[in-house]
Amino acid sequence: MTTKPTPRVRVPAKATAGEIIEIKTLISHEMESGQRKDAKGETIPRKIINKFSASFNGKPVFSADWFSAISANPYQSFFFKATESGEFTFTWKDDDGSEYTSKNKLTVG
Amino acid sequence: MLIQPSTLSRRDAMKAAAWALAAAAIAPKLAFADEKAVAAEIKKLYGDKPMASGKIKLDVPEIAENGLVVPINVEIESPMTEADYVKTVHVFAEGNPLPGVVSYQFTPACGKASAATRMRLAQTQDIICVAEMSNGTLHTAKANIKVTIGGCGG
Repeated sequence: MTTKPTPRVRVPAKATAGEIIEIKTLISHEMESGQRKDAKGETIPRKIINKFSASFNGKPVFSADWFSAISANPYQSFFFKATESGEFTFTWKDDDGSEYTSKNKLTVG
Repeated sequence: MLIQPSTLSRRDAMKAAAWALAAAAIAPKLAFADEKAVAAEIKKLYGDKPMASGKIKLDVPEIAENGLVVPINVEIESPMTEADYVKTVHVFAEGNPLPGVVSYQFTPACGKASAATRMRLAQTQDIICVAEMSNGTLHTAKANIKVTIGGCGG
């Protein structure tokens, strides 16, 4: 599993003002916990996505610190109160310093 | 004198078996976090601040067949306004090698303090959730999950 992590996000395209919408995200990632040992008995170093964050029009909405206990291909869902049209930015930060992002538009009206 | 060597070796065998049993009993316990580790983590974050129960709905399966993927949904009762909202939520596992599972940071823009993810659990254990409100008060909840197949490469 050395494929590049691909984020998948589900945001409703439209919402009415004041509506609370659910956002579901998933990213492919092995989330190596740092607890497993390889065939030689050596610990496989930890490599997980340690931070997920969501912002809307540049303003932070929600974030999550993930630890080793988060499953492979981490899923995260949360809610957002729609007030105006705009764009979400979702960011996943990897232990190795890489960042994966996804941008999704939301129309309110 | 025919009996003695065999009794000796039997005794040795028993000793070896006893050691193996003792090692098996101790070894896995050493490798895992426990109530104390979780309590220490919480103390590091919030000291000895009092914690109330209630307000938290910790939605987890009673029995998890696969410890590698256990769904966890946390929902906290809150109006989620600028004046009164849920700031942070921490989830800890008492029976995993490391106590931390996830920490959420909410804002009033969420509209609802609810989030779901999937976690790994090494064994049957308690999950502890601590929520910090915007006014600084703390709430806690606990849930037990029975794990059929552990999720730590074992």
